[in-house]
Amino acid sequence: MAEAATSPAAPVGERRTGRHVVRTLVVAYVAVLVVLPVGVLVWRAFAPGLGAFVDAVTDPLSVHAFWVTAEVALISVALTTVFGTVAAFLIARSGLPGMRLLDALLGLPVSVSPIVVGLALILVYGSTGWFGGALESAGIQVIMSVPGMVLATMFVSMPLVTRAVVPVLVARGTDQEQAAESLGASAAVRFWRITLPGIRTALVTGVVLALARSIGEYGAVLVVSGNVQGQTETATLRVDTLYQTLLQPDAAYAVTFVLVAVAILTIVATSLLRRSQGGTR
Amino acid sequence: MTVATQAPERPAPVSDETGAGRRPRRDRAGTALGRLRPATAAGLGLVTLWLSLVVLIPLAAVVVTGAQGGWSAFVDAVTSPAALSALALSAGLSLAVALVNAVVGTTIAWVLVRDPFPGSRLLDHVIDVPFALPTIVTGVVMIALYGPASPVGVNLVGTRVGLLVALLFVTLPFTVRTVQPVLAALDRDAEQAAASLGASGATVFRRVVLPVIVPAIASGASLAFARALGEYGSLVLISSNIPKQTQVASALVYGKLEDATDPVTSTQQAASLAIVLLAVSVLVLVAVELLQRKGARRHG
Amino acid sequence: MSIQVRGLTKRFGSFVALDDVDVTVRSGTLTALLGPSGGGKTTLLRVIAGLEQPDAGTVVIDDRDATRVPARRRDVGFVFQHYAPFGHLSVARNVAFGLEIRRRPKAETAARVDELLHLVHLEAFADRLPSELSGGQRQRMALARALAVEPKVLLLDEPFGALDATVRKELRQWLRRLHDEVHVTTVFVTHDQAEALEVADEIVVVNGGRVEQVGAPDGIYDRPANEFVMRFLGPTTSLGGRMVRPHDVEVLRSAEPGAVAAEVGSLRRVGFEARLDARVVGSGDVVEVLGSRSDPALRDLRPGDQVWLRAVGPTVDALPITEEETVVGVSGAEGGLDEPATLDVAASPRASVRGGVPA
Repeated sequence: MAEAATSPAAPVGERRTGRHVVRTLVVAYVAVLVVLPVGVLVWRAFAPGLGAFVDAVTDPLSVHAFWVTAEVALISVALTTVFGTVAAFLIARSGLPGMRLLDALLGLPVSVSPIVVGLALILVYGSTGWFGGALESAGIQVIMSVPGMVLATMFVSMPLVTRAVVPVLVARGTDQEQAAESLGASAAVRFWRITLPGIRTALVTGVVLALARSIGEYGAVLVVSGNVQGQTETATLRVDTLYQTLLQPDAAYAVTFVLVAVAILTIVATSLLRRSQGGTR
Repeated sequence: MTVATQAPERPAPVSDETGAGRRPRRDRAGTALGRLRPATAAGLGLVTLWLSLVVLIPLAAVVVTGAQGGWSAFVDAVTSPAALSALALSAGLSLAVALVNAVVGTTIAWVLVRDPFPGSRLLDHVIDVPFALPTIVTGVVMIALYGPASPVGVNLVGTRVGLLVALLFVTLPFTVRTVQPVLAALDRDAEQAAASLGASGATVFRRVVLPVIVPAIASGASLAFARALGEYGSLVLISSNIPKQTQVASALVYGKLEDATDPVTSTQQAASLAIVLLAVSVLVLVAVELLQRKGARRHG
Repeated sequence: MSIQVRGLTKRFGSFVALDDVDVTVRSGTLTALLGPSGGGKTTLLRVIAGLEQPDAGTVVIDDRDATRVPARRRDVGFVFQHYAPFGHLSVARNVAFGLEIRRRPKAETAARVDELLHLVHLEAFADRLPSELSGGQRQRMALARALAVEPKVLLLDEPFGALDATVRKELRQWLRRLHDEVHVTTVFVTHDQAEALEVADEIVVVNGGRVEQVGAPDGIYDRPANEFVMRFLGPTTSLGGRMVRPHDVEVLRSAEPGAVAAEVGSLRRVGFEARLDARVVGSGDVVEVLGSRSDPALRDLRPGDQVWLRAVGPTVDALPITEEETVVGVSGAEGGLDEPATLDVAASPRASVRGGVPA
């Protein structure tokens, strides 16, 4: 049992009260800051009635927004997984110079404003951008289209797979691969039968996180998509439209609820994954 | 450590010195570039290409575009009344949020690590919620409680307090998640030794525990600062984007991008502002990296 | 399946791990590579396995040049200090791994796995995961796994280093018995001289990237080639400028030719041993003498008594102890050292004595 640093002077009763006070304050803070607003949202999503909720969520434009989100998120996550896994191996195993820099660079998405991300992408891939012109004449539309949104979500979810996998690779070391090698396994066999199973849980965790991030991106996608209803509107953009443009707060709450549910599912999923990794290994 | 935290807990990558007399690391892919295995070279190429196309070149474009008009244009864009108030507002809010989180986040981490109680685990998961929620969703959640139709009669729309609350929500996990692992890994013996020497609980905390967790606190606070500075989605609804009142830096940049009159200049100005924001982002990254290394050295 | 290593050199950056090493391991023997940490013995083992590539030299296994052959085709079994279990596979699947990737028929694989699990007494654990096993059990599994593919050579890298002292002793004897049963040419690395002396047919003492001595345990112990080997393999003390084993020092009550006068410092009985510290008259050097409790020469000695000391076993030139030398094996301490041995034997003139009683 964790005990706060004990002092020989203060009697046990006082310490316990002190602890309880802090504990209560902390729970209160988190409850009021996080639980209360989310709770109110859930309530307001269903307050107009279940029928209204279902109508809002099954509105064709909303449904289309969900599809766009799914499409962008899946493509983005697939690519990020490939990149992320390769980067993880480079960082953890290659011993090349500059890997530390690469690892640090991966921290960028956390500190760069999503609006700046969007701006950066349209400056390069927009019709007047560095590459945009050439791409458009080749028939490839990046900005205001799915590819641009994929780029935006890849930028922001970039570190998630790598940062999940690297610690596991480093902790495992290469002993098992060497053992497999001494038993006659080729590089491919070693990778598929020994390395990959070893990082499986971490990889899945990273993918789940990247998926959640891609589904949830707003600012960067807002800038990059042009927000054309029925075309490049994602679920997050749809919420914005419903509230600000269409002035339908209840519908906005309903769609928001769906996104909240997805977020909570993510938390549950990663929690279960973490527990499975800790357990039977 | 939990879920979606970017709070770095990275172990040092493999690439260590091989000094005489020290046990050298065995690296598998060849140390010198010349002995690169084809798979490693391909991987390196892929990662470089990807990073360039998605991150490096776009960010470079921001810097180039923002500097395109020359130094005076840059300064004008960054010091216009709207810009100054937006930057000051963002900086002020972010600093406030970072400081609050330094204290609150550490306290929460302490309770989670040192004082587990029934419901601790739930608390731990709730901490992840702000990080898992899309920013616009956070914005709507804020509005649901603090908006015009607030069930508790509190309307924070168009107020700085509203911005602050939203930012506190969004940055909640940062310090908690950087401090938690450090606290959990602390060697309690040192604290008990101090106590046996007569130190009170507060003294033990101040002199034995605090020095060890300070890099983690600073690291989390820096990340919170950077996040708050660039935050957009959770603020857009509750702020009403009132210039000089509740218009944050990112909203100003977005406004310029949407400005149809003279798009070239507007874009340039937006990029100039973005350079300022980027510079802070990079500084924070460097600071966090250095703090991480410092923390790692302390742990040994 | 003999192993011949010639002229092997291996560097890690500027650190020379192996310097022109020649070693021959005879077929069917159980050989120990013994030496302090950082001395090169693990590197040597890994080069033989093919897990490291040498910068110079050749490795010949079973009369075939294996120097450029990758590890997976050398037909060597390797056992790691920390077992390297495939954590996601059961014990049986671990042992079967080598056979499975060689696409052996399922029935054959199952039979062989069964046979090996019986050999290492892990039949009851076939379906468990390695994480459910103790350290000793994991190591036995690792051995079974390595033996499954009938390697020509079995290599073990400090196989018992991560285990408790009791388990270590048990497994070391078990390894000896296993070897007597299975007869695979086996080489194991250890920094524990007691382990090497107890288990091996032949010992190769490796230090600072060089081979100090090769020989049977008795031979190396009784006739150390130089001071390093003598110090590393057992307790030593210095008498008259020469290094000798404390139990090879004769205690005399009267002056005799070849004996040195000394004054008794302390006499302690530890179990069945009697340990005497005596100060040499004139130089003040302390000599440690180890005898048995019932030794008449040691009976009734009191501190301050005058005695005469004479070496009656092999001795080696004792060099003055400088700051660079770590205290290696002076008290015959078990368990290895974490610091690399810095005794630079190459720089010092090699001692000439090869056993034999000095006058």
